[in-house]
Amino acid sequence: MTRLSYTKALNRALADELAADPAVCVFGEDVGAGLAGPTLGLLDRFGPERVVDTPLSEQAFTAMAVGAALAGRRPVLEFQIPSLLFLVFEQLVNQAHKFSLMTGGQAAVPLTCLVPGSGSRDGWAGQHSDHPYSLFAHAGMKTVVPATPTDAYGLLRSAVRDRDPVVVFAPAAALPVRETVTWELAPIPLGRARIHRPGTDVTVVAVGHLVHDALAVAEELAPEISVEVLDPRTLYPFDWDALAGSLERTGRLVVFDDANRSCGFAAELLATAAEQLRLIAPPRRITRPDGAVLPFAPALDRALQPSREQLRHALRAVVKES
Amino acid sequence: MTAPTSPAPASPAPASPVVPLPLGGPVERYRALRLIRGFEELALALVTSGAIPGGIHPYIGQEAVAVGVCSALGPADRLTSTHRGHGHVLARGVDPGRLLAELAGRVDGLNRGRGGSMHAADLALGILGANGIVGAGAPIAVGAAWAAKQARSASVAVAFFGDGALNQGVLLESLNLAAMWRLPVVFVCENNGYATTLPAATAVAGSATGRAAAFGIPAEEVDGMDTEAVRAAALRAVERARGGGGPGFLECRTYRYEGHHTMERRMKLRYRSPEEVEAWRAHDPLPRAAALLDPATVAGLDRAVAERLGAAREFALASAHPDPAGALDHLYADGLRPRAGAVA
Repeated sequence: MTRLSYTKALNRALADELAADPAVCVFGEDVGAGLAGPTLGLLDRFGPERVVDTPLSEQAFTAMAVGAALAGRRPVLEFQIPSLLFLVFEQLVNQAHKFSLMTGGQAAVPLTCLVPGSGSRDGWAGQHSDHPYSLFAHAGMKTVVPATPTDAYGLLRSAVRDRDPVVVFAPAAALPVRETVTWELAPIPLGRARIHRPGTDVTVVAVGHLVHDALAVAEELAPEISVEVLDPRTLYPFDWDALAGSLERTGRLVVFDDANRSCGFAAELLATAAEQLRLIAPPRRITRPDGAVLPFAPALDRALQPSREQLRHALRAVVKES
Repeated sequence: MTAPTSPAPASPAPASPVVPLPLGGPVERYRALRLIRGFEELALALVTSGAIPGGIHPYIGQEAVAVGVCSALGPADRLTSTHRGHGHVLARGVDPGRLLAELAGRVDGLNRGRGGSMHAADLALGILGANGIVGAGAPIAVGAAWAAKQARSASVAVAFFGDGALNQGVLLESLNLAAMWRLPVVFVCENNGYATTLPAATAVAGSATGRAAAFGIPAEEVDGMDTEAVRAAALRAVERARGGGGPGFLECRTYRYEGHHTMERRMKLRYRSPEEVEAWRAHDPLPRAAALLDPATVAGLDRAVAERLGAAREFALASAHPDPAGALDHLYADGLRPRAGAVA
C-alpha cells in the first residue's frame, strides 16, 4: 500500500519510461533540478544526455524535439507554465502534429508535452493561469487531462509510448490530490473515459481537477439527484461511446470544464450530444467566461473559474427542465 | 484529361532507394545541376498548364548551393529544407518522377500527394522535410543532430534556410543551442538577396556570418553561384562537425531568377530590376560547372537529363489522383480515424 501524490505519480511514470526505453529523453527548463516536481531525481539517475536542462528557448527546444523524434527518439517536454504552449503552438500544431499527414505517413513524431501546473494556481495572474486544452483538441492533437495520481501515472506512460504527439495537462488544482494505492500502477490507454461514480439522473462530464469537485457535489446532492460523474481523461480523441452509454442511462448532460466558453471543450460535447445522443433535457455547461483572462486578486481569479455552486445550480435546473 | 481516381495504396509509400545521389565528381555535379534546372523548368510549365495545383517556389539560379552542399554529405546524414526545396531534395537523390508526382498531387508522389511542393520529404534519405514556415527547419535539424550525437553516430545534419530566416528568433535560438552543445549541424544560409520582395540589405542588421560568429560558430561567406566553392566550404564544415568540432555556418550568396513563387509571374512587381537579374545570370552556376568538362560530355549529360525528365513527366502525369475517401489517411501515425465533418 502506497500513498501516492499526483506529482510523484508523474515522476514515477517518467522514471519508468526512461528505464523501459532508451529512446525516451526529457527536455525542459529546470528539469535537472526538478523544480516543477515531475523530473525530481531523474538527472541523477539517467544522466544529462537523457534529462536535458534547456536554456529559455522554448521554440527551439520544442522543434528540436521534433527533429529528435524524427531521428528515432521519444522526447518528453516539460513546460512549467501553461501559457508557454502559446509560444510553441507553431512547433507543436504546425510541425509535430502535421508531419505524419504531410509526409504521407513516412514520419511519426512521438513527443509528449507535460504541463505540470495547468490552469489557475491562485495568485499567478493572467499569463500563468490559462487552461488551453481546448486549443489542442481543436487542432487535433491528442490531449490528456488526468484527474487522479493513478490516471496521471498511467496516461503519461501511454502518452510517452504513443506514436503521435500528445499534450498532457496536469491541472495545478489536481496536484495536491493523493491516493492510497493498493493496486499495481500500469499504463492506461488514451481515449478511454472513466466513470468515477455511477448515477441515473444526470451525467456530469468533468475535466481534470473538476472531477473532484463534481464528486463532492454529487455526494452532497445524492439525496435529491443521482449524478453520474464521467471523467473523459483524454479530451481528444474523446470517448464518445462512454458518453453515449452514460446518456442512455441519464438523458441529461452537464459539462464542467475549466476552458473558456466560446469554442471550448464543453461546446463540442453539447453540440455532439444535441446532434447525435439521447437527451431528455437541454444540456448545460459550466465554463470560464468567454475570452477569460484570470485577474490577479484571488477573489477575482476564483470568480471566473467554474464553481461547485454553479454545478449545484445546473444539476438542479437540468433535472427540473425535463 | 486527368488520370483516373484510384484508392491510395494500403502499404507504405515505396521509399526511394536509400542511396544519396552520387555527387563526388564534376560530371555528377554538373548532371545534378542540370537535373534541378530542368526539373524546375518542367515544373514551371506544369504550373502554367494547371497540372501542378497551387504553385511552386522555383530554385532556378540557386542550384550550386544544393549540389555543392549535398556533395559533402554521406548516406547517414540528414537535412531540413525550405519552401524553395526542390533543389535540396533532388540533390540528395530523390527520384524526379516521384517528386514531380508529389507536386502534381498524385498517389505515387513522394508523400503520396499529401505534402506537395512545400513539404517534400524522404525520411529514408534523411530529408526531414521541406517546410512551409521560414526558419522552422533549422531547430528540427538541430534536434536530429542532438539525437545523432547522443547515439554516438557520425551523422551530420544540414539546415538549409534563406536570408529571410535570419530574422526568425527560433533560428537564433537554434544557433545558440547548437553552439552550446557542440552539435554536428551545418547551417546553410542561401542568401538570394530577398525575403519574398524585401531586400536583405533593408532587413538584416549586421551580417549573416556575424550572427553566427556571435555564437562562436565558424562562419564562411561563399560564392553561392559556384558549385565547387560551395562544395569546398561545405566539406570543411561537414567534416569539422562530423569530427566533433561543433556546428558550422555557410552564407551562400546566390540569386533566384524567377519570382518568389509562381503567382508572381502574373504580376508586374518592381522590387528588382531586369538588369539586376541579368547581371546575376552572368554568374550562372551551370556554365561554370560545364566549363570543367569537355563539351561532348556536357551535351551527353544534357541529353540524358532531358530523357530522364521526360520519363519523370510521363510517370507523374500517369499516376492516379488520390481517392478523396482517403483524405484523412496518415493524419495519425497510429492509424486513429478522426470523426468526419458531417454526421452520416
